[in-house]
Amino acid sequence: MEKGYETMKTITAQQITDLVAHLCADANRRLPEDIERAMRAATESEPWPLARDTLCDLCTNLGAARERDLPICQDTGLACVFAELGQDVHVEGGFLDAVNEGVRRGYEDGYLRKSVVADPLRRVNTEDNTPAAVTIELVPGDQLKLTVIPKGFGSENMSRLAMLKPADGVEGVKRFVLDAVRAAGANPCPPIVVGVGIGGTFDKVAALAKHALLRPIDQPHPDPYYAALEAELLEEINRLGIGPQGFGGRTTALGLCIETMPTHVAGLPVAVNISCHVTRRASGIL
Amino acid sequence: MEYRLQTPITKEQLSPLRAGDRVLLSGTVYTARDAAHKRMAELLDEGRPLPFPLPGSVIYYVGPTPEPPGCVIGSAGPTTSGRMDAYSPRLLDLGQSVMIGKGDRSPAVIDAIRRNAAVYLAALGGAGALMSACVQSVRIVCWEDLGCEAVRELQVRDMPLTVAIDSLGNDVYKSGPAAYLKSL
Ligand code: SF4
Repeated sequence: MEKGYETMKTITAQQITDLVAHLCADANRRLPEDIERAMRAATESEPWPLARDTLCDLCTNLGAARERDLPICQDTGLACVFAELGQDVHVEGGFLDAVNEGVRRGYEDGYLRKSVVADPLRRVNTEDNTPAAVTIELVPGDQLKLTVIPKGFGSENMSRLAMLKPADGVEGVKRFVLDAVRAAGANPCPPIVVGVGIGGTFDKVAALAKHALLRPIDQPHPDPYYAALEAELLEEINRLGIGPQGFGGRTTALGLCIETMPTHVAGLPVAVNISCHVTRRASGIL
Repeated sequence: MEYRLQTPITKEQLSPLRAGDRVLLSGTVYTARDAAHKRMAELLDEGRPLPFPLPGSVIYYVGPTPEPPGCVIGSAGPTTSGRMDAYSPRLLDLGQSVMIGKGDRSPAVIDAIRRNAAVYLAALGGAGALMSACVQSVRIVCWEDLGCEAVRELQVRDMPLTVAIDSLGNDVYKSGPAAYLKSL
């Protein structure tokens, strides 16, 4: 049945701004449960003494952030905002302006660092951490789900993309992911979280890799083939020896998620989006 | 091994430290990152004095978050040191003794560390709240216009650090993973 304009749910710009502001402040102070659980489990199981001490300090930091109401990490990131917009929602007011106003308020009132420059080459700080990197997905229903991922650039800078040949196959993909993690070394603040995109086009594969970071790391891919590949890659990464902070040890990565999409007969795009142990995400629904 | 260091630090105190040792540092630490390093290099080019005395100094690569009411500093973990590689050898040759940051350093920096018997200490990347708790007071030294990148003088107590590159040039980012892999 088709809905008329008058039966659509209205969400105001103000509601969006309020939620985004809240999510920015919250995401920076509390890790998602799956990441914190993985940190604590890794601390228990890490066999290498310096690595265990290091992980232990990182867990202490999570407690310190909560206690002192401070951001977990001083790089409070560029705000990546994902919107799942129900097609029966009517947004009253400018959507992007509302999101950016939320980021502005969340970073100012939340005492977060402003790390965005207005132009990539001329590099003047915008002083309010806007604009956000916004991704909008149209979904069925009459809700708006907003997720904020404050993304630090120590890890973002170590991300990679390649247009492999179909003949490179799964082995080529594995090699590329492992090479990216090895080259990243200590820079992305290991233990890391890895988002892998496979398929699509040059632009879509990067979005897939970022999108993979939205999935809780204890939730395997629904397709058993990719779930097995995730487990295998994670194990191989944790055999590289980089360890927490790059000081050596087993725990190089806490989790790895793969997202895929159909691609062209002639191509095999792959992207690796690296995130750190401070992999933050917070969601809310309007 | 675990060592306690208190500023002012002498070369003799640094020489027993080995890559992978843990250090608790107390005393005076100056903050500077990309923009402040650039300005320091410009001052040196012009033959003008630096905003703080370099000999024996400890420089921490950090850009903290704004301090909320009741805190002397916000979250204050290290930034990637590699971006300071272009400037560090010159500062080490002029007497800087300790660098604090995260991530590996260029061969030129490692050479300069060895030449000057300095050390590079790693703070925990991402542990901004923990580092903040070690800072007892903060004074802006100069370049307030740089915001979080302004040069600050911190008084720190028991800041938990790891020796990343010792005065002999041993590098934990190489020796640590190698030793772990060998243990398997
Ligand atoms: S990579 Fe992550 S943990 Fe490291 S400084 Fe950046 S945001 Fe913080």
